[in-house]
Amino acid sequence: MMHIPTWRRALIWLVCLGGLLFALPNLFYDRVERSNDARAVIETGLSDAELQAEAGLWPEWLPSGLVNLGLDLRGGAHLLAEVQVEEVYAARMEAMWPEVRDALAAQRDKVGFVTREEGGDPSELRVRISEASEAATALEIVRGLATPVASLTGGGANDIDVRAEGPEIIVTLSEAERAATDDRTIRQALEIVRRRIDEVGTREPTIQRQGEDRILIEVPGVGSAEEVKEIIGTTAQLTFQPVVSRTSDANENPGPNNEILPSLDEQGVYYILERNPVVTGEELVDAQPAFDQNGRPAVNFRFNPTGARAFGDYTAENIGSPFAIVLDEEVISAPVIQSHIPGGSGIITGNFTVEESTQLAVLLRAGALPAGLEFLEERTIGPELGADSIEAGKLAAMVGALAVIVFMILTYGLFGVFATVALTINMILIFAVLSILGATLTLPGIAGIVLTMGMAVDANVLVYERIREELKTARGPARAIDLGYEKALSAILDGNVTTLITALILFLVGSGPVRGFAVTLGLGILTSVFTAIFVTRLLIVMWFERRRPKTIEV
Amino acid sequence: MRLRIVPDDTKIDFFRAAKITFGASVLAMVVSIIAALALGLNFGIDFQGGTTIRTESESAVDVGEYRNAIAPLGLGDVIITEVFDPSFGDDKNVASVRIQAQDGAESVSAETIAAVEAALQGVDPTVSFPSVESVGPKVSGELIQSAIFAVLGSLAAILFYIWLRFEWQFAVGAIAALVHDVTLTIGIFAAFQIKFDLAIIAALLTIVGYSINDTVVVFDRARENLRKYKTMPLRALLNLSANETLSRTVMTSGTTLLALLALLVLGGDVIRGFVFAIFWGVIVGTYSSIYVAKNIVLMLGVKRDWDKKDDPKAGTQFANIDA
Repeated sequence: MMHIPTWRRALIWLVCLGGLLFALPNLFYDRVERSNDARAVIETGLSDAELQAEAGLWPEWLPSGLVNLGLDLRGGAHLLAEVQVEEVYAARMEAMWPEVRDALAAQRDKVGFVTREEGGDPSELRVRISEASEAATALEIVRGLATPVASLTGGGANDIDVRAEGPEIIVTLSEAERAATDDRTIRQALEIVRRRIDEVGTREPTIQRQGEDRILIEVPGVGSAEEVKEIIGTTAQLTFQPVVSRTSDANENPGPNNEILPSLDEQGVYYILERNPVVTGEELVDAQPAFDQNGRPAVNFRFNPTGARAFGDYTAENIGSPFAIVLDEEVISAPVIQSHIPGGSGIITGNFTVEESTQLAVLLRAGALPAGLEFLEERTIGPELGADSIEAGKLAAMVGALAVIVFMILTYGLFGVFATVALTINMILIFAVLSILGATLTLPGIAGIVLTMGMAVDANVLVYERIREELKTARGPARAIDLGYEKALSAILDGNVTTLITALILFLVGSGPVRGFAVTLGLGILTSVFTAIFVTRLLIVMWFERRRPKTIEV
Repeated sequence: MRLRIVPDDTKIDFFRAAKITFGASVLAMVVSIIAALALGLNFGIDFQGGTTIRTESESAVDVGEYRNAIAPLGLGDVIITEVFDPSFGDDKNVASVRIQAQDGAESVSAETIAAVEAALQGVDPTVSFPSVESVGPKVSGELIQSAIFAVLGSLAAILFYIWLRFEWQFAVGAIAALVHDVTLTIGIFAAFQIKFDLAIIAALLTIVGYSINDTVVVFDRARENLRKYKTMPLRALLNLSANETLSRTVMTSGTTLLALLALLVLGGDVIRGFVFAIFWGVIVGTYSSIYVAKNIVLMLGVKRDWDKKDDPKAGTQFANIDA
């Protein structure tokens, strides 16, 4: 007989109730989001009446997880960047050359003159010696420069491979060193990209490593992919250089070891500077937007101990002479050193707006990318387009649901009502699980939910049709209902497992919106099986126990 | 009074016109393949690389003027299509501008996009750009690969599962039905030159999932009947199974199509292609589970008696009924 133990009934209702509780915040999306944002800020230690009021928009004892809206619904920028890891090889070889040259020069009487062969593959260093017969000796010397690879997987390998081709010695990074370098480069790039985007303070950006050498960046809300690229791409090179003189002629010969750079805000003014900086931005440990004593926007900075010492020594020795603060090949300002600055901190003033000083501080803090990024994919979706999509999706979902409900009730009467209740619970559960997982809802994801509505009733239909058949032969309605469930089960399982397989493959292979679709489709299948097998059944049993009908019509 | 789309006891002979329906299916598949080869698919930037810019303006879109404005930029192939949707008012005119992948560049440069936007704004100062998407050739190549892998992978996984749960003949029948559905969907996308992008692959996989669901329900009944009616000829038995499940097949397709119809009409133009693919797939999927999958099973025959393992010839005794 149709008997469902009390504990199981309680469990089913508990799941439904839990679902309702966790899905609830999504009904008040805006309110909960603001409250969550305010709480996040309070968490960091800041708090004022306004924040408290915002936080109070949603009671703390209620679940506050929300379905994440995908970029196609919220608007934002999506970028896929490839880190140009080879650039690091070239830089390494560049740094290797003086070392190789000096080592070989020490043995000049044996190997002769050493010259570098330029213009080949930048990831290898080609050195020609004039005494070709001594190539083996030179090879030994250069090999002596190798150091073990600094990584866990390097396993005792050397960082460089050295081989000889006639009078040429060729140095390349070894396989193990390349792998280690690549990994380091990507992680560094990832970290810098993350810091730069975080600095701008946008909500929940996604910054992930993808595959070997790629970085996926998703920033909701920001205007365009172009803006994100600007934030990421700008390398702020800050240097402090001694000023030789000031001029208005851009073509003036600056003299050896000097360079000529334009002023940032004074048109037609150029500075001749010593090429070697006193301190560079790499020695910065902090930079913050601030205001100078006149209340104009400025940037406060602080050096690490090495930088602080160099800066301190220089200012002590050069009181009265000007020095230039250079940012990206432009002179921001060239103040005259008034006194010895020992603490390693200072302030950059210029004609900044508040926004510019903030941006500058961000750029200074984040440092330079270890290698260039090439953008393989860029997508910008305007927030209005996303909002339109949400509206359209909502409307379609409601109309679709209504159509399905009417159709089901017309066809199955009271049992159709049960199926409708199950369908409603199903929708609630989908949103609850999405919220708990913090999964992302995309536009195809909404389509997945609507599709689920259509398909979710399938399990009920299977059962009902089976009950109808069984009613013709079975003894009594109770037995028919029992048999209906029993016999429809294998079809329900087989049918849904196969759909689940495709959802799983979609999830694994797809990305972005498609993955969002796979998530809702997969979840929809699980919840619809749950509601069909447990919820509708429970509803039918409860109704049956109360009414004890002699005949039923399905 | 209940709504009954399918009468209670149908006795339709689904095999009576087997030659015609099966022939029609094969023909439709051939036509689809020819359409796909001859017309080609209208690949979106996901698979081809390039840039799509969505424009929105207050005055009507003049495709010719847009084209004239962009032509001097020398960007190669530019496709401009106006986008329609019932939800757009008179002051909302949308078009889609597609620019081919530029030589030597992975993604279109900011300057190019800015130039196109400026050119279009020259035509119509009210124009805005709600979305700009750009995919480089490297990624699009990989996306094609993973899409093919996804479709083949899911077919293989389903083949394996059905083979595990049913006899292999059912697995072959199911896969034949799936290939039929996927081919016909690709065919209609080629015929009408609807944009074929990553979302459509998701739609194809959904169709695969839906169609298999439908097929499995019929097969499940056939499996049950095979045990119940040990001597009924396979043809009659498959017919019986299809008739018994017909009501369910029509109901489920009906509710699914209703929900999809709402999405197709009201869901906005952004996902219309995607929804259309699924909508179409549900129709052909329903057809194929009745008219394709079973025919294959009938052609291959099924080993009937699971109990008598000692008689290997028993498996083929009903194999040649229709052949």
